[in-house]
Parts: sequence; C-alpha cells; structure tokens
Amino acid sequence: MIEQRKLRVATVSLAGCFGCHMSFLDIDEHLFELLERIEFDRSPLTDIKHCGPCDIGLVEGGVCNAENVHVLREFRANCRTLVALGACAINGGLPAQRNHLDIGACLDEVYRSRPGLARAQVPNDPELPLLLDKVHPIHEVVRVDYFLPGCPPSGEAIWKFLSDLVNGRTPRVTGPLLHFD
Amino acid sequence: MSGTFLLDGQPVPFEPGQTILEAARAAGRYIPHLCWHPDFPPHGSCKLCIVKVAGRHVSGCAMPAKEGWEVESDTPEMNGERRALLQMLFVEGNHFCPSCEKSGDCQLQALAYDLEMLTPRFDHFFPDRPVDASHPEVLLDFNRCIYCELCVRASRDKDGKSVFALTNRGIHKHLVVNAESGRLADTDFAADDMAANICPVGVILHKRVGFAVAIGERTYDRAPIHEVAMRPEAASDD
Repeated sequence: MIEQRKLRVATVSLAGCFGCHMSFLDIDEHLFELLERIEFDRSPLTDIKHCGPCDIGLVEGGVCNAENVHVLREFRANCRTLVALGACAINGGLPAQRNHLDIGACLDEVYRSRPGLARAQVPNDPELPLLLDKVHPIHEVVRVDYFLPGCPPSGEAIWKFLSDLVNGRTPRVTGPLLHFD
Repeated sequence: MSGTFLLDGQPVPFEPGQTILEAARAAGRYIPHLCWHPDFPPHGSCKLCIVKVAGRHVSGCAMPAKEGWEVESDTPEMNGERRALLQMLFVEGNHFCPSCEKSGDCQLQALAYDLEMLTPRFDHFFPDRPVDASHPEVLLDFNRCIYCELCVRASRDKDGKSVFALTNRGIHKHLVVNAESGRLADTDFAADDMAANICPVGVILHKRVGFAVAIGERTYDRAPIHEVAMRPEAASDD
C-alpha cells in the first residue's frame, strides 16, 4: 500500500490574539493523531516565514493592516482550502470595534494625548505595517472556503472540524460545538 | 373557518382567524421568529417566519391559515432564506457576540446557531451607534438593534409610556428614546416595565446583572431555540 502523502497545513494569526491557536493546542492528545496525517508549513508553531503550496490554511484574526492583506493573499494563493478560524477572522471581532472611530483620532488618543508620554508621537518606523482605516473580516478580502466560529472555537470544535476535513468529509460543526462567544 | 393545513407534510388544525405561526405553535410545531410575540399583533418585519405557500413566500406570523394549504417551513430552501435574513441583520448592526453580555440569551444568536449561520457572508456596515448609559438601572446598546419594535410596542401598548420609537426610513432607520434630550434617564422608563424585559437581542440590558449567569450556562447554551421557544413559560416570557 502506498503511504498517504501528509497534508500540508499553514496557520497564521492576523489581527487576532493567538487565542484560536491556543485553542488549537487544546485538542491535546489528538495532536498526535493529527500529526500522522498532516505536517505544518508556515505557522507560529514552525516559525517558517512564508507559506508554500498547502492543502489547508487556517487563518485566525481579521485584517487590520497592509501586512495582513499581503499575508492573507499569500495564504489564498497557496492554500487549496482556506479556513476562517474564530470570531475575528469571520466578522473582525474585538479589533473591529474601532471601526466606527477615525483611525487618526485613535492613534492620537493612544500615542499623543495620554498623560505621561515623553516626546509623544505616532510610531512611524518604516518597518511597521500601515493600519487600514477599518478592520475587515477575511472574507471581505479573499474567498474563504470554510468558517469555524467561536471566540475561540473550542478544542472539541476544532478537532471535529479538522478531522472532518483531513478525512475528506465536509466539515460540519453544529449543536453545542457551534458558538459565537 | 376552522380546518386543517399541511405543515411540511404533517396536518395542523387551526381555529378561525389563527395565523399559520399561531396554529403551528398550538400544534407544537416551531416556526422561527424574532419580531413576533404572543401578546402583540403580528409585526411582520423580521421575516424569519417566512414560509412557502403555493409557490409564494409569506410571513407565517401574519398570514391567516386556510383549509388545505400545503405550507413549507423546515426545508433547505426556507432555512436558506432565513439564514440570508440573519446574515443581513448581522452585518447591518454591530453584533460582536464575544463582547455582548446577552450572549447565550440572545434570540438572534440562538437562531443563527439553529440555522447554522457560520459566516456573515456580506460586507459589514460597521455603523456608528453610541450607547445610552444615562438611566440608573438600564443600559441601551443600540449597536445590536434589529428594529423588531417589541420595546416600542410594549412601552406604548402595555406600559402606556411610549418611551421608544423608530425614526427615519430605510437604511437610516434607527431606534430613539422619546425625550427632549433623547436620553433614557429623562423618561419615566422603569426596569420592571414590559419594554425593559422584551428585547430579543442585546439592546436593553439591566445593569449590574450582565454576568450573573456565566457564559456557557445560559438559556441557549443549554437548549436550542426551537425547544426553548416552545416551552409553555416562553409564551409570555422574552
């Protein structure tokens, strides 16, 4: 019998808090089972900086700056199946709660107007990615194949979703596993 | 005229004047709804109770039942329509469940769970809707308003106060407080008014009790809305 090729999986946290990645690790001993079927490409777990051709891309967080847009497009270009993982990737989540505010006023408030700031200025190092005026869910920037809601999705939900996906079933998370909070 | 119609192929009896939704409920059959409430006449604004009769889409809450009708409700087509309606409600306001203290008790969220709404699908509006925290006992977070007018109707028809109203039309429609200042504190609104306890989403919130019940142990964490809504006590409850 020919050994099955391992599926390559890339993961990233854009405008997220890494909570979904932590929840991913909460699948605990299922990680061993999963690692028999997958191997990681770009991910905070491997520290690979750019995404190569992959079967599955898991994207945590929304899109809040120019770098997020580039990374997300790189994921879309390389991943056969792209998954929005968690509330922020799906609707912008907590970072998107700045969306009704003017971004210039936000930066002023944080970096210039607060008391006790010496030589207060908005950070402008060219290395820093420019902020977008609004935080966007990832489906507003690229096509997304599957959505897994939750803040974060529970380990059980992530395991159900991934085991469906790697075993060739349409991933479906319902009932108590489906949560927006 | 009383009689019987078919709901998803099963016979449902009805009394004269009963709507499709009322007759279905009386027969123990759930049709999703957000703006409908047993104590008020049909409002027909949320359209979640959409059913198909003779090839037409009608509001189950407003359409009187008729003898021999074949009504489709719990079908992939109708549930798809409902999911699209929910998605439009979600993108029109600011519905961030993780930071909402109504999460788990919210009918909009519970219906989205029931109908497996996984994505908002459309582009978000991200509207600017400031909160009103002026009242000592009740907070208004307009970000989550779905314009069901249950608070408007309850305040006007049951509490006799007319504290709330909808103003403007179309995309500019929004909920306002009937006071010169526009602030809830400047009305005779009270925390035990029916209007203070009828909001299906997270707009009208009682202060200091937001997390008395932990997330994960709330109404729709324990049971899906199609079960909760059919409980006898739900008939006059929120």
